[in-house]
Amino acid sequence: MSAEAHYTRYHPQWYRRRVSVWWWLQSWRYTKFVLRELTSVFVAFFAVITLWQLRALVDGPQAYTQFVRGLKSSPLVAVHGVAFLFVLFHSISWFHLAPKAMVMRLRGKRVPDWVIVGLNYFAWLIASGTIAWLLLRG
Amino acid sequence: MGSREKLPPTVTLAVTRYRPEEESEPTLQTYEAPYRKDWVVLDALNYIKDKVDGSLSFRWSCRMGVCGSCGMMVNGEPKLTCAAFLSDYLPGPIRVEPLQFFPIVRDLVVDMTDFLHKLKKVKPWVVREEERPLSEGEYRQTPEQLDIYKQFSMCINCMLCYAACPIYGLEPGFVGPAAIALAQRYNLDSRDIGAQERLDILSGKDGIWECTFVGECTKVCPKNVDPAGAIQQYKLTGAAHWFKSVLLPWGRK
Amino acid sequence: MDVFSRDVLVVGGGGAGLRAAIAVAEANPRLSLAVISKVYPMRSHTVSAEGGAAAVIKPEDSFDEHAYDTISGGDWLCDQDAVEAFVKEAPAEMLQLEHWGCPWSRQPDGRIAVRSFGGMKVERTWFAADKIGFHMLHTLFQTSLKYDALQRYDECFVTRLLVDDGRCRGVVAIEVATGRIFAIAAKTVILATGGCGRVFPFTTNGAIKTGDGMALAYRAGAPLKDMEFVQYHPTGLPFTGILITEAARSEGGWLLNKDGYRYLQDYGLGKPEPKPVLRSMELGPRDRLSQAFVKEQEKGRTFEGPYGHYVHLDIRHLGEELIDRKLPFVRELCRKYVNLDPVKEMIPIQPVVHYMMGGIHTDIHGATPLPGLYAAGEVACVSINGANRLGSNSLTECLVFGARAGRAAAGFAAEQKESNPAVFAQASDEQKRLEESLLRKTDGKERIASLREEMQKTMEACAGIYRTGAALQQAAQDLHQLQERFHDLRLEDHSYTFNTELTGALELSFMLDVGEAIVASALARRESRGSHQRTDHPQRDNEKFLAHSLAYRTPEGLPRIDYLPVTITRWPPGQRVYGK
Ligand SMILES: Cc1cc2nc3c(=O)[nH]c(=O)nc-3n(C[C@H](O)[C@H](O)[C@H](O)COP(=O)(O)OP(=O)(O)OC[C@H]3O[C@@H](n4cnc5c(N)ncnc54)[C@H](O)[C@@H]3O)c2cc1C
Ligand code: SF4
Ligand code: FES
Repeated sequence: MSAEAHYTRYHPQWYRRRVSVWWWLQSWRYTKFVLRELTSVFVAFFAVITLWQLRALVDGPQAYTQFVRGLKSSPLVAVHGVAFLFVLFHSISWFHLAPKAMVMRLRGKRVPDWVIVGLNYFAWLIASGTIAWLLLRG
Repeated sequence: MGSREKLPPTVTLAVTRYRPEEESEPTLQTYEAPYRKDWVVLDALNYIKDKVDGSLSFRWSCRMGVCGSCGMMVNGEPKLTCAAFLSDYLPGPIRVEPLQFFPIVRDLVVDMTDFLHKLKKVKPWVVREEERPLSEGEYRQTPEQLDIYKQFSMCINCMLCYAACPIYGLEPGFVGPAAIALAQRYNLDSRDIGAQERLDILSGKDGIWECTFVGECTKVCPKNVDPAGAIQQYKLTGAAHWFKSVLLPWGRK
Repeated sequence: MDVFSRDVLVVGGGGAGLRAAIAVAEANPRLSLAVISKVYPMRSHTVSAEGGAAAVIKPEDSFDEHAYDTISGGDWLCDQDAVEAFVKEAPAEMLQLEHWGCPWSRQPDGRIAVRSFGGMKVERTWFAADKIGFHMLHTLFQTSLKYDALQRYDECFVTRLLVDDGRCRGVVAIEVATGRIFAIAAKTVILATGGCGRVFPFTTNGAIKTGDGMALAYRAGAPLKDMEFVQYHPTGLPFTGILITEAARSEGGWLLNKDGYRYLQDYGLGKPEPKPVLRSMELGPRDRLSQAFVKEQEKGRTFEGPYGHYVHLDIRHLGEELIDRKLPFVRELCRKYVNLDPVKEMIPIQPVVHYMMGGIHTDIHGATPLPGLYAAGEVACVSINGANRLGSNSLTECLVFGARAGRAAAGFAAEQKESNPAVFAQASDEQKRLEESLLRKTDGKERIASLREEMQKTMEACAGIYRTGAALQQAAQDLHQLQERFHDLRLEDHSYTFNTELTGALELSFMLDVGEAIVASALARRESRGSHQRTDHPQRDNEKFLAHSLAYRTPEGLPRIDYLPVTITRWPPGQRVYGK
């Protein structure tokens, strides 16, 4: 291959690399990022399910039982399982990013990142605990 | 000379060559360089240039990680080659390539004029209503106030963060990590009132909203500048501004 | 060939160059102005300065104290009118930098903090942790972006000054990225190209510090002043030559020989105290400390390592908190480059070539004897540094004399008429020379790197911390031979695109000229003063040598040495007393 046809003396002949559509497979860190972005679909999925559930609740006991029965079908349980894993991944990766977006200062010193991450996990535990208690106490 | 017996005598480097007068695409060329425990990748490149092939081109100067000239991809990751020890890449071969996402000028040299234009656009200087005369002394700034922007002032413009940012690769118009961090450095400086002037470029089309928080820029930054943090923090500011201007259109000057 | 034209052209984008450019833009916004630099301005070696910049600010301090410290530190070879102007203008320059946003370290109440430094009797060194050069350079660079009148030629390498009718009228340069050779016709040129540490093998200086500006001016007929005065910094890391800043000692670090003994007490530098004492022991001047190291080595009291003899710098007793707050870069560099943590271990150090006191002869306004040519920063010799520079004076010098040169050059340019076309012929000659003798040269057998190494070894052997007439004589011959061999250079790179072999060759030829000037000046000065120690002439000789040496280039290429008396205003030569 010859570039002489292109090259003109004193004129830059830069080589520009095109970013391939597979750029996110190039390193695990990029892949993780793209996964994190994709997982938002599953977060949305849960949000939609919850809205549905609410509507069923509003529509009366019969509609609700039907809705719950629908949820118990095994393909949907499988989907839920997968979705749960992705949402877990989503939350964890966001927790770890939280200290970047929120810089907190206490008495002039920056609160270390691990404290902020820890607080997020703590809040999560409390929330999950409360819900579990609400659901399981009966 | 110390205890070097067990160490491999040489290490192989696979280096990108691109000579626009002769070839239309880059190629990889392999070289052997002696292995020394205290050598960095840049030392090996200099050995090659001095003893083996005088036509290999790359930038460097300080050799102490502060001038920002010597950034390259080492085994696929953006690194300052004067701070990347050969010993961390054994047994080799070590792949040395020009910084990703930038146009290649020649061999390991990339073009970074794009960054300089962006830097100027974010107005990286102190903006004030009026200059205080020097005779009235310094602007007071407590160590706490200094601490708020200090981290973002540590940027050596080495471009590693751009080479780590896939968004920059996909959208070359993106203002990018270092320039945003430097804008934020001035926004947070107690002596500056220019935040409003920087808002248009920072939250405009090529500004912070391009960033989807890959976070790699912060990971590769050799000076702990945390550009990803700067961008996220600025998103909060930008969003607050947007709300204000939408909800309270008269609240904006 | 392209020819551009500017009223003022600044060569060099380091601390001095950028300060000069801003001064021009502020003095007369109507002038057309450009900065040309062989690297992007923020890569300039000012970036690596660590310790701080001196200016009187404390109420108990005074201009006279600063002047006296500077003059005695320079062994009375400083021009005292220049020093007086320097100390007076220093505080305003530093404040100006503060107003431009430099993140100086502060006291709790928000005022500027200062630290002590070697050879200074009062704390007056402003600092930004231990990255002051970095912050200064980036502040200046970023501030310079706001002046639209300031145009830049980045990564353009100046190869020659254009001189016609006894005046400097511009430069010829290569745009490194494309190989395009062009000329800039300028009414005034300010050289701010920095020092030449790379003439020596072991130095704190970056690869770009190759004395280009000194050689450019020297070839154009301007004399080089006091070139024999080369500063060795006492504390460099072995192998890399990376500097461990003097601030490590001003915060309280100790120098220990292999017996763990603070050996400076044996060399008239005072008594060891646990806390740092100003102008004493580790806070003595750099020339004395580096000389003490050599004596210690002769007594066999240094360690021997793979990269030569060394002693220890101990900062462990300062504690982690202070080290992280005030010396974070020292810790970073030690961890990275010698793989040890100075909080827990001692740092191996050895003297290392650091700074050129000498440079292009200028007056107090930065004007050289060649009309239209100005110089400032490390490339110039105003002379405030005399025979030994005090740490933290040179960054301030870049600001004070950068600004002065900028204002003076702006004034000069405003009075000049358009440039004379005669220089364009010179410019095309230069283009021909570059293409024929370098770019298209295919014969030859000498490698750049081997010539460079030989030159560096020669310089170290003859112009190190201690010198003798015989060794200098030999070196003069050796350098002359290297000059001959330079014509037989072999270049492997014939590309026009980012050809760093070409710039390397040009730098080598600049360094050979500068090396010759250093050696000739050192040979002619038959006395010992400051950093210039002749074992065959161990005494200071004020009768004959209270004078600046001036090296002129003769038509045959060899230097001719002349002398110029030192300006003394209020401080007659005395003894340098430290530790009392
Ligand atoms: C490691 C280290 C630490 C130091 N610490 C301190 C300190 O704490 N305090 C202190 O006061 N001083 C210190 N110094 C000294 C001080 O930093 C320098 O003297 C000063 O920065 C020199 O600045 P300058 O502007 O003259 O040159 P530089 O910053 O070296 O700039 C030179 C400029 O000229 C350009 N140039 C050179 N040749 C050409 C050419 N042929 N064509 C085009 N452009 C060219 C370069 O591109 C560059 O932009 C230190 C020095 C070193 C090496
Ligand atoms: S932010 Fe960090 S990685 Fe990016 S240019 Fe600045 S120093 Fe380099
Ligand atoms: S050479 Fe300066 S940062 Fe590597």
